[in-house]
Amino acid sequence: MGSIVVDVMLKPEILDPQGQAVGGALPRLGFDGFTDVRQGKRFVLTVDGDVTDEHLTAAREAAETLLSNPVIEDVVSVRALDDDAPPAGGDAEDGEK
Amino acid sequence: MRIGVVTFPGSLDDRDAARAVRECGGEAVALWHGDADLKGVDAVILPGGFSYGDYLRCGAIARFAPVMDVLVPAARGGLPVLGICNGFQVLTESHLLPGALIRNDHRKFNCVDQRLVVENASTAWTSDFETGQEITIVLKNGEGGFVADDKTLDRLEGDGRVVFRYVTDAEGRNPNGSYRNIAGITNKRGNVVGLMPHPEHAVEAGYGPSLDGRGFFTSIIKQTLESAANA
Repeated sequence: MGSIVVDVMLKPEILDPQGQAVGGALPRLGFDGFTDVRQGKRFVLTVDGDVTDEHLTAAREAAETLLSNPVIEDVVSVRALDDDAPPAGGDAEDGEK
Repeated sequence: MRIGVVTFPGSLDDRDAARAVRECGGEAVALWHGDADLKGVDAVILPGGFSYGDYLRCGAIARFAPVMDVLVPAARGGLPVLGICNGFQVLTESHLLPGALIRNDHRKFNCVDQRLVVENASTAWTSDFETGQEITIVLKNGEGGFVADDKTLDRLEGDGRVVFRYVTDAEGRNPNGSYRNIAGITNKRGNVVGLMPHPEHAVEAGYGPSLDGRGFFTSIIKQTLESAANA
């Protein structure tokens, strides 16, 4: 079972009130080194079997038609999710102290 | 004079819109999102609410409902369509109108009696108003900020396609951060109009801030009767 990840962000010139709200909350928690926050969307599309080029083509089309609104958003990336990597792309397993 | 009102899952103001049609002398016809059938109506209203829970983006999923498969080509062919609030969002997502509606810049839900200036009184839905007339109807939304790139905004203004503008407060601010104080726009032909405020909540004495909403419905009824008489 393979998965495709689609990342969508608001265009830079579009106001992002949600990102602003998050950005306003960070300093209250002591995170005062971030000058701006932009919030995006991630979609994970799952397919039967391995991800094929056809799947990727269809995912790109879906990303442009439904998953994003080209008037205000950019599709930042459409890519097959690597089975070996943790979904968050981080080192979650190594986080234990 | 039959005006269809579409109900999507999550529509809230479809009944009020149908009632407003009847109050102003028209016949309201219920249209269902799942039926690719406009039932031969003379005009269509896309009502307010939270279609599909506003998931993904407001109006984004409603745009692909079966009824839209027949409504979009009909609107391109000249069928009068009015999108109110969520209906306006559906019209922009359908690309029947340019721009998009995003979260209010102050991040709060608005519910106010809102003053508007009628900028274009020649559309199918505004011919009973006068250009420059000020009206007061209800505005209630969380994602009503109208945005578009500068080129689109300039084109809208140049073509006289800004139909309504918010009257700003003492600080010069409009209620949701809409670019150039735009509350409603139309397509080139003037048959498709979308706006965030709700005319259907201002048609009956004792309910709502005024009777100013009636003009939308009397405009379309008159126009349809006239075009039928000339046909």
